[in-house]
Amino acid sequence: MTESTLTTTTHRPAKSSFWKAIAAVAWKDLAAELRSRELLSAMLVFSLLVILIFNFALELDIATRRSVTSGVLWSTFAFAGTLGLNRSMAIEKDRGCLDGLLLAPVDRSAIYFGKVISNLAFMLIVEAIVLPIYSVLYNTNLFQPGLLLVILLGSVGYVAVGTLLASMAVQTRTRDVLLPILLFPVVVPVLIAAVKASGGYLTGAPMTDILPWLNLLIAYDVIFTAIAFMVFDYVVEE
Amino acid sequence: MQAKPSTLKVLDVVSLILLGISTYLALVFAPTEAVMGEVQRVFYFHVATAWVGMLGFMAAGVSGIIYLRTGDLKWDRVEIAAVEISLVFFFIAIVLGSIWARPVWNTWWTWDPRLTTAAITQLIYIAYFMLRQGIEDPDRRARFGAVYTLVGAVSVPITFMAIRLFRTIHPVVIGTESAEAQGGFNMTADMRVAFFFALFAFTVIFVDLFWNRIRMGTLADKVEQLKLKVMQ
Amino acid sequence: MIEVKKLVKRFGLKTVLRGVDFKVQPGEFVALLGPNGAGKTTFLRILASLSRPSMGIVDIAGYSLPKQAAAVRARLGVVSHLPLVYDDLTAEENLTFYGRMYGIENASARITEVLEMVGLEARRRDLVRTFSRGMQQRLAIGRAVLHDPDVVLFDEPYTGLDQDASSMLDDVLQTVAGQGRTVVMTSHDLARAENLATRFDILSRGVIAASSTREGLGNGNLLTFYKQALAG
Repeated sequence: MTESTLTTTTHRPAKSSFWKAIAAVAWKDLAAELRSRELLSAMLVFSLLVILIFNFALELDIATRRSVTSGVLWSTFAFAGTLGLNRSMAIEKDRGCLDGLLLAPVDRSAIYFGKVISNLAFMLIVEAIVLPIYSVLYNTNLFQPGLLLVILLGSVGYVAVGTLLASMAVQTRTRDVLLPILLFPVVVPVLIAAVKASGGYLTGAPMTDILPWLNLLIAYDVIFTAIAFMVFDYVVEE
Repeated sequence: MQAKPSTLKVLDVVSLILLGISTYLALVFAPTEAVMGEVQRVFYFHVATAWVGMLGFMAAGVSGIIYLRTGDLKWDRVEIAAVEISLVFFFIAIVLGSIWARPVWNTWWTWDPRLTTAAITQLIYIAYFMLRQGIEDPDRRARFGAVYTLVGAVSVPITFMAIRLFRTIHPVVIGTESAEAQGGFNMTADMRVAFFFALFAFTVIFVDLFWNRIRMGTLADKVEQLKLKVMQ
Repeated sequence: MIEVKKLVKRFGLKTVLRGVDFKVQPGEFVALLGPNGAGKTTFLRILASLSRPSMGIVDIAGYSLPKQAAAVRARLGVVSHLPLVYDDLTAEENLTFYGRMYGIENASARITEVLEMVGLEARRRDLVRTFSRGMQQRLAIGRAVLHDPDVVLFDEPYTGLDQDASSMLDDVLQTVAGQGRTVVMTSHDLARAENLATRFDILSRGVIAASSTREGLGNGNLLTFYKQALAG
């Protein structure tokens, strides 16, 4: 045990910047996940299993898969997403780390946005792996710029609401089962719009058919990010 | 134990009378619709109960916001009352709608925007009660409940618009009707009387139930408080 | 440094703290003692700005809670019985993360300093997952004093520690307190508290039942004082 020589003035915390705190939370999540890969591997394996189940349940032959591909993809993302969101928030709750975050002199919404960024990153990584696998398995090219845009917009909306609701779910007794029940009924617009827009791009529909769905996605993303920003305090503070 | 306010007692009686009159108007007074026949009579209560469901839905969202602003648990009781009433009345509306749809649309259920949105609203309410059930601390329970009703209140209209972008076969009796709608009809003057009276009657019934339920919540809290006092 | 007046905390209808008055001078080390369920943890969470008071005044380092929470948080370090560190990060990464959250400049020098203080310099690049309970708790203390707070709160820091780990923690606690900080510690371990604290406050039934400085105990030991306070 060494006596430390402290100069009480040097370490007085500067007013921590909002953006730095967001980056710190996101960095922390990504660094931990890069090491353990628990969350990503669970999401990924689960995604592949969901596709496998759909394959047999729907008999994804060439004729049917054209019409159901976007539905299968988004169901997969939605199911795998709850797995990741739950885990990501449970890590904060289990070792008391949520208190640790709340003790820092930063705005609570910085914690929210930091978690949104890392959750979004996990989601996009899983999607980036699932897409080529699906493309190879069913011999369809899913790498179209339009489709990628839809996936980005849909994931943003999903994660924006999901992070808020997961923060609530992990603080309840029934936390393991609660998140999908809370999340799915309110994220319906994202799923409808994302499935429709993806399907539009995959079947080569004209832009005028796809645009309303893109607008809906953007509107949802903006509205729910704003709501979560406003109410996150009430979800984490006592 | 405080006595029931006399205004509320009067309102209880008035509600019952209005319900009776409304039933008479819908089942006897209104003429039988030419194409659909007797089953069309379901329409009056179907719209009226759906209307009450909407009122409750909006009241829940508003009281959720007020709770978050004030932190007064009174508004949490208002919110629960609104959610419960809305849950029950939307359910009745869905059932009545199905009874009507079976002969008219030839199916109990279609994935039409209104039907689907009503069903999703039910699911949100059920999730709402499951969320509350998992939380011990009353303040946190109220906060989470309010946040979730707020999220629901914003997402449901968006859901409705999203489904509406699909084609709809649900008739629009009031306002403009889309070309694909089936089972629409023009209301005669007597039908209008029955219809608007049902809306009025159920609005009064809503206020009456709402008031009673809020009062019940307040009394339940008082009982809890007394229990705690006895135990200490 | 800490001034609490007529603090009341309710959870719904249950009142946990019923008018706590509590004053700590700069540099004091106060042990907050009391039976389970007396409200020690609730009280400490309020001081830590993690829980809002229902009524009353809480001032820390000249700032009032919950209004000026950010200013209080910058001057406050908290150690709970949970480690508040991430398993899948190394000791150094954990501190780097919290350093960023607190906006500490020149963090790496400070991190080395803190790791030396809690005796984990040799394990700085090891995952927290591989640490013993005692090491995790020392890291938690390092985390809490990283931003050099004026006030440090310990909530049952000895929970789950064996003899060796506990006596090592004693040393760290003494170092932390010795640097002119104000410390409040809850504990149900009277012997540990007796060795460390300069003042002993007994929290019972939601109020401070008794308070005595080390000198004020006179000939009697802490245990007698404690029992008297609870009996009276």
